Amino acid sequence: MDVLVIAELLEGVARKTTHSAITFAKTVAEATGGAYDILSIGEGSAAAADELAKFGARKVITAEVDGGYLAESYAPTVAANAEGYAVLVATASAFGKDLLPRVAAKIGAGVAPDITGVNTDDGLSYHRPMYAGNVMGTMKVKTDVQVVTVRQSAFEPAAESGAASPVEAGATADRDNAGQIEAVGIEVVKSERPDLAAADVVVSGGRALKSSDNFKSVLEPLVDALGAAMGASRAACDAGYVSNDLQVGQTGKVVAPKLYIAVGISGAIQHLAGMKGSKTIVAINKDREAPIAQVADYFLVADLFDAVPEMTSAVDKLAKS
Amino acid sequence: MFDAEPFPEEEESEARLKILVPIKRVADPENANKVKVSADGTQVTSEGLEWAINPFDEWSLEAALRLTENRAEKKRTGEIIIVGIGPNDDGMMRTLRSALAKGAERGILVEADDASLDSSVVAKILAKIAEKESPDVVFLGKQTADGDSNVAGTITAEHLGWPLVNYATQITVADGGFTIKRELDTGVQTVSVKTPCVLTSSDRILHPSSVKNGITPDDFAYPESDHARTAPLRDIMKAKSKPFETITLDSLGIEAETTVEYTQFELPPARSGETTYVESVDELVQKLHGDAKVI
Repeated sequence: MDVLVIAELLEGVARKTTHSAITFAKTVAEATGGAYDILSIGEGSAAAADELAKFGARKVITAEVDGGYLAESYAPTVAANAEGYAVLVATASAFGKDLLPRVAAKIGAGVAPDITGVNTDDGLSYHRPMYAGNVMGTMKVKTDVQVVTVRQSAFEPAAESGAASPVEAGATADRDNAGQIEAVGIEVVKSERPDLAAADVVVSGGRALKSSDNFKSVLEPLVDALGAAMGASRAACDAGYVSNDLQVGQTGKVVAPKLYIAVGISGAIQHLAGMKGSKTIVAINKDREAPIAQVADYFLVADLFDAVPEMTSAVDKLAKS
Repeated sequence: MFDAEPFPEEEESEARLKILVPIKRVADPENANKVKVSADGTQVTSEGLEWAINPFDEWSLEAALRLTENRAEKKRTGEIIIVGIGPNDDGMMRTLRSALAKGAERGILVEADDASLDSSVVAKILAKIAEKESPDVVFLGKQTADGDSNVAGTITAEHLGWPLVNYATQITVADGGFTIKRELDTGVQTVSVKTPCVLTSSDRILHPSSVKNGITPDDFAYPESDHARTAPLRDIMKAKSKPFETITLDSLGIEAETTVEYTQFELPPARSGETTYVESVDELVQKLHGDAKVI
């Protein structure tokens, strides 16, 4: 089966999210005796293609689409390059979730959304969490072409490999809904910290931090001492303590780091859905009965305003020893 | 008999937004960890759990209500049509009536077996109803709390050939449409869209000033809450007399042909091991460094 990976570009660079979709493509292509190609689509598609050519694809296809990201401008061009592929895949970031169903409807394909595993024994079947991660479903797509989005935390990022793939220009198609929808602009959130969905260590804060200032003065030093990504509960994002792109949970990012530290987070079902796949989970909370205990490996019953600074210096000391 | 109307209709001169709001009923999402799987693994069972409105639909309904009212004067200024798809049972009717009680004008139930539905069939049904009703907006939840698919809204837009804005967090009525801020992973995107269009919403749509419809005064702030409005009891009683239509897939000319098939369900493996309660930060750091070897 031949697989086409839809790369996610930001300012002419392929986002790391793409590397998880490449791993899926490689797995399926190898198991079924097919090949995988990568579609570099968006502004700066040629520059991104040079980077994407390092991942062992049969070829990298470029398609320059201007005007900021909109499914209406990308979907027709993805569809125009989709012929001959049995599977189209992207990572289930906001980009993948927004774009791929639109492509699927265009080409009459079924969608396997946000999958965490694939089985290649008898055609393709997919595993995916449902009910906020409380049920695992196994599903098949019945149409000739299958459209898939993969959960980033469930597929290891692909490593660069071998000789550079050839790059060729692909087809482009007129956008849909011209005059009916325009991308006006985007306020890109930049951070020096590791990407939340791909980090090895995540430290998340909840409403108990009480303010944006406390996130900065209390939580961030621990985040940086651990070289971690920072996350937050829905309540903390809603309250405006941190930006919304840091939300971990059913409606935010799904993370599965080696270490997840939940600080002042009670552990609503919607939050657990976004982090219970983590390898080691630590809770720091005043309330020893908080639902986060259901998934925590280690639980420190303490006032976070004492415990977190103390932990920051303990981690610093460890780093120096 | 005198029927008191707490939200009288605005004069016809106002541009009345007409919004279709699909509603799914799901097993109580606050207790999603109590759903079970049948012994043969072919079904998810939610015995003992109440049906509830899909919370993502509830947010979109709240946004649709804010778009079609003058909240300061407690007047409805537009029309909301609730659409349910599924079996005609108590749980469904209660869910749809609670949506009507919050202020929606009328309801439609498309009778169907849950098992015959997937995102693509749902999208086909919604597109068909949208063609019949010609709303300005189809406003869905971005996902359902059971399937967690994130697919039906987008396919609906493609079927209709309408523009789509997923994950809206702020909506301002503008000339012939809306200016919308929406959450992407990389930041907040501003999009300008004309009606008719398809929208889905994100968590922040419940913020006090997330919706500006040009009718409710711009400085009006909805209550600080992470929940949508609830309907007063008297409106729940009254919702029973609102116009409601029950139709079949046949009458829409739709064949329920799914594009995906679930073959197996299972409960996820429990996290191994007990919770270790540590006494101090030192002990915690020692365990993370020495035992778990994660720092």
